[in-house]
Amino acid sequence: MTDDKTYPDEPAGPFPEPPTPVEDREGRSITVRRYDEKRDREALEAMYEAFDPADRAQGIPPTGEDRIADWLDSITGSGTVNVVATHDDAAVGHATLVPDGEVTAELAIFVLQDYQGAGIGTHLLETLLGAGRAAGFERVWLSVERWNEPAISLYEKVGFEPSDTESFEHEMTIRLD
Amino acid sequence: MKLLLGIGGSDDSIRALERAVDRAAETGDDLTVAILRNPATEADPAEIEARVQTVLDDAGVEATIRHLDGDPGSELVDLAEREAYDRIILGGGETSPMGKIKLGSIAEFVLLNSHVSVTLVR
Repeated sequence: MTDDKTYPDEPAGPFPEPPTPVEDREGRSITVRRYDEKRDREALEAMYEAFDPADRAQGIPPTGEDRIADWLDSITGSGTVNVVATHDDAAVGHATLVPDGEVTAELAIFVLQDYQGAGIGTHLLETLLGAGRAAGFERVWLSVERWNEPAISLYEKVGFEPSDTESFEHEMTIRLD
Repeated sequence: MKLLLGIGGSDDSIRALERAVDRAAETGDDLTVAILRNPATEADPAEIEARVQTVLDDAGVEATIRHLDGDPGSELVDLAEREAYDRIILGGGETSPMGKIKLGSIAEFVLLNSHVSVTLVR
């Protein structure tokens, strides 16, 4: 995919770097930290196996153990940036940057249904962008289904701007540096 | 079945071609391949035609090849409806680095406008 997208002129932020502990709006102690393959892989697989298929978007997350494993291999591979939101020992949220250029990356974020609407998404996003900037990413983009107003507002809140609203999916971009 | 495959040179349209031709080899469907001007790929129509011919020859399938000028989505739908095709076949979109499926603009137009059934190949 070529980088022909329009990015905001000014960088957004500042964003915090992980780990970032926080109490969510339900009073749960949540920590967003960098993904560690050894420690977090199983918890992440369990999270995606429990994920409500109705919350899938544009084909991800995939369903079924094997497809989930393949997909996780590719989005946690070399050059990617991943953070997880944990509650006790469970992964309840995950956000990822997958590079498609030297300093550009595509973003996606997932929060388990029972943990949505509690401020965790904002926290995950901000911490991911902090980690992304620390890793040297300057530009980040995403696509979102155009009827998904809650997601679009969340992205706007942290500084994403619409860059292509003509297609089936809304495209949004942010500058980190 | 009388099938109309639209191809503009994107990777997903090439996959759709290969799958449709394989299937036609088994079913004997009457296949027409319409080469479109996809503004997203700017692929050379002659190169696409050569590619199509190779895929057809390899599979031993005969198909009519046509070129459609102008707006790809509307030309394809118009042809399908005018000449009473049973089905339009198109590539089902590109996949982003993240694995998200992104539907192309031709597929979007055809899905929303065609009165003929549409198959998106994944």
